[in-house]
Amino acid sequence: MQFARSGQAPSGRAKGRSSFKRRDLIAGLIFTSPFIIGFLAFYAYPLGASFWYSLTNFNLIQAPTFIGIRNYSDLLFSDSLFLTALRNTSYYTIASVPLQLVVSFAIAMLLNTKLYLRGLFRALYFFPAIVPSVVAGVLWTAMLNPEGGIVNLALNVFHIPGPNWLGSTAWAMPALILVTVWGSGTTIVVFLAGLQDVPVSLREAAQLDGANGWQVITRVIVPLVSPVILFNFITNLIGAFQVFALPYVMTGGGPVNATLVYSQYMYQAAFGDLHLGYASAMAWILFLIIGVLTYISLRVSRSRVSYAGL
Amino acid sequence: MPASRQAISSTHERRPDQLRAAWFRARRRLGRLGWTIVAAIVVPFFAAPLVWMLAASLKQDAQVFSIPIQWIPHPFEWGNIRATLDVFPFVSLLINTVIITFAVIIGTVASSALVGFGLSRIEWPGRNIVFYIVLATMILPTYVTIIPLFALFSRVGWVDTFYPLIVPSFFGANGFSIFLVRQFLMRQPQELYDAARVDGAGFAYQFWAICVPLATPALAVVGLFAFIWTWTDFFLPLVYLTTPSKFTLMLGLQYLHGQHATLWPQLMLANSLIVLPVMIVFLFAQRTFVQGIHLTGIR
Repeated sequence: MQFARSGQAPSGRAKGRSSFKRRDLIAGLIFTSPFIIGFLAFYAYPLGASFWYSLTNFNLIQAPTFIGIRNYSDLLFSDSLFLTALRNTSYYTIASVPLQLVVSFAIAMLLNTKLYLRGLFRALYFFPAIVPSVVAGVLWTAMLNPEGGIVNLALNVFHIPGPNWLGSTAWAMPALILVTVWGSGTTIVVFLAGLQDVPVSLREAAQLDGANGWQVITRVIVPLVSPVILFNFITNLIGAFQVFALPYVMTGGGPVNATLVYSQYMYQAAFGDLHLGYASAMAWILFLIIGVLTYISLRVSRSRVSYAGL
Repeated sequence: MPASRQAISSTHERRPDQLRAAWFRARRRLGRLGWTIVAAIVVPFFAAPLVWMLAASLKQDAQVFSIPIQWIPHPFEWGNIRATLDVFPFVSLLINTVIITFAVIIGTVASSALVGFGLSRIEWPGRNIVFYIVLATMILPTYVTIIPLFALFSRVGWVDTFYPLIVPSFFGANGFSIFLVRQFLMRQPQELYDAARVDGAGFAYQFWAICVPLATPALAVVGLFAFIWTWTDFFLPLVYLTTPSKFTLMLGLQYLHGQHATLWPQLMLANSLIVLPVMIVFLFAQRTFVQGIHLTGIR
């Protein structure tokens, strides 16, 4: 790893510079070689192979046989379970992402004001975020137990009869969304970091000008933290569309496929039924959806996100 | 509100300044108390399930769902520990998880330090292209690459071993870690490197003697994230590991949940045993974690 020393005196200027560059190029390639090799082996090759598989019939044992776009047309036009999975994932995403953003933002605002025992509160609100999805799933299966589970006991206090959450086709998905919101700690902490950068002087100036609390939030704070909102929105959006462990552990996709999400259907197709070509086509549709959604949110936000204050 | 403030200051003309200051102080303290009460009302949603989990892990079977809720088990059922270990091979799951996690931390820290250095402290044509490729790998969903990788690893006989979970980390498979280290190094002053270069130091020396010590905070963040992701990962172990003796804690827990969905005290004790190490690491590394959020540059 001993590269040429830079102390050497180059004979000609142009020649010296080019040998400099050459040496830098080699050093750069050597230092980044782990990633370059890893990229070729674990990203570039699989990406190409996965697209090829998506055009084939492939079961891991026999060689893939080319069938054109059959996998894609089957998925979109004749697989009703696929459409169910797509619909369930959309439901989960559309409900959980905005809810998570609003709840996390409100809690971050709360944790950013002067509170007694603020450090303790911050830790308590954050803790669920470091609970692994599998643990959260097992724990909330108990929380949502219709007989003696915490959630329904809490609802009983307000004389609301709690549903049979995970056993009901209507309530199983809201239950998953509830657990997702419970684990929003990371989103809260990222918001909190953004809020701490909003100068107190700006808020006070707005208050002196007669702005009420709501106006301070919507006209001063939200614009100032808009890049953070966009970041949280996109990360949560991508995460929600790929959700796997929580429904897998809590409902296994049931009851009656009410919580069968995209990634679980794909997992079953690939590693349960060994329809690897079919599952690869699903992966590419997912990739496309996520790419388009990310692109749209970046585009739409362009005029609304201000990087001025941060 | 303004009316009452006027009333007070007009009845006590003599010391309006002091009075106003006292009024503001009282109002601020009242506001602080009010928001603390709000925080205390909302906090059970986040904290109660974890407290319940710890309590249930040492309850008798019949008390788990007793009404009203028993927040402190009575009596403490220490026998649950034995009963849990009978159905949940905690020690062997823990060893597997520790082996995988430890190896991934080393791989991630080492590769992201090397690559991060190459992407920030050496000027070479093509550097930006490699950096953009790093960014691109960050947004690629695992699901797109998992099927060919599974086919590849099954061809070389790596399925049902730890290798598919560990080896990629040594090759910079985690783009986010490279990104973090690179961002961190970009903000460091160039002078130290220039001085070393003038003294005739090669890049290898610059990396080892200057970059690594300077980048320790960023590398700590990368190691912490690698720990949390690997410790809690479910999908990759689920795909690659099939023999129960090779399971990680997450797979073992899912297996236990699938086999004995109603052994609540045992399930909650297993839950607690898995979460406690993560919580302890978090408490010790809280500062590092917060630093990590700053490092991403999103604020």
